[in-house]
Amino acid sequence: MFDFLKNLFSGEKSGDVAKERLQLVLIHDRNDIAPEKLEALKVDMVSLLKKYLEIDEMGIRMELERRNKSVALVADIPLKSSQRQIRGRKKNG
Amino acid sequence: MACRIIVITSGKGGVGKTTTTANLAVALANEGYRVVAIDGDVGLRNLDVIMGLENRIVYTLVDVIEGTCRLNQAMIRDKRTENLYMIPTAQSRTKDAVSAEQMLDICGQLRKEFDFVLIDSPAGIEAGFRNAAAGADEALVVTTPEVSAVRDADRIIGLLESMEKAPISLIINRIKPDMVKRGDMLSTEDVLDILAVDLIGVVPDDESVVTSSNKGEPLTFSNSSRATKAFLNIAKRICGNEVPFMDLSDDQKGFFSSLKRIFGN
Ligand SMILES: Nc1ncnc2c1ncn2[C@@H]1O[C@H](COP(=O)(O)OP(=O)(O)OP(=O)(O)O)[C@@H](O)[C@H]1O
Ligand SMILES: [Mg+2]
Repeated sequence: MFDFLKNLFSGEKSGDVAKERLQLVLIHDRNDIAPEKLEALKVDMVSLLKKYLEIDEMGIRMELERRNKSVALVADIPLKSSQRQIRGRKKNG
Repeated sequence: MACRIIVITSGKGGVGKTTTTANLAVALANEGYRVVAIDGDVGLRNLDVIMGLENRIVYTLVDVIEGTCRLNQAMIRDKRTENLYMIPTAQSRTKDAVSAEQMLDICGQLRKEFDFVLIDSPAGIEAGFRNAAAGADEALVVTTPEVSAVRDADRIIGLLESMEKAPISLIINRIKPDMVKRGDMLSTEDVLDILAVDLIGVVPDDESVVTSSNKGEPLTFSNSSRATKAFLNIAKRICGNEVPFMDLSDDQKGFFSSLKRIFGN
């Protein structure tokens, strides 16, 4: 009953949720990149990047993304200094 | 006709491999083909009870391999139809009692005598599955419309491809049309979007599957439930006939189907 109400309000059917989850899981399975492997890669990458950049570690997002016929590793790595620069530019302009 | 050796497999356990093997074996035999079904699940044999032949076992596949008997002594003839045999496996042994080479050799011998050899594979991706699949040319992958089962099916399909089995066809079992209609179950289309194989059949979740397994009488002997029809259609498609997929979505709870159920379907 609760599920039913939740569905009613969120508008998302559990069948659709199943499909989305499956697609994501299979991207990892098929490319032999388990989430824990991706996490380990992230840790390694952060320690490498830190040698060169001041990065905002908490804000890092890394995931596999489906392209038409291929899969890409997409990383979003915010820099610590970037916020100040943007604010600074705004003030001057 | 040239013999076709088909392994029925799934990855995830309990999705309907043995049920499918038994029903297709009977259906193909009823179509007039010479058929043998092999229980490839050493240590967890089930095909014998699903087919209702458990009281007729004298020798098993393992006895053949160990030289205790000849191959045809382990073949149990199903008297309910023409040209149907079942080869049981050993219950009190482990997977390593049958190797891939031995399976290949047995299949080679059966190829001369039969039109279809159906092999019921154990669940999993380890030795048991590999040995059961070793002698097969083709594969039927059974899945239910659930995340875990489809995921495991994807894994098995990858392995079957690397073993060069072809064609690899998909059976979606235990679909519940009313749940699909509500959007609460993966639909046939959803599963096909995800798995890169051809669909050969969709079998509804059906109580008749349970009653038939209670009796040891595969549905395709005589029953007329929707699951029966689905299995008969799959057998026809295996033989190369184009059979339209049943519309499972029509209202099962309607007046006429209630009547049909009351009068023993
Ligand atoms: N279409 C169906 N409708 C209802 N029940 C079903 C259906 N298909 C299978 N079942 C039930 O699901 C259970 C598992 O079926 P089955 O033994 O054929 O699976 P399996 O894949 O061979 O399992 P295992 O991996 O243990 O060998 C059985 O109790 C069976 O009766
Ligand atoms: Mg089984």
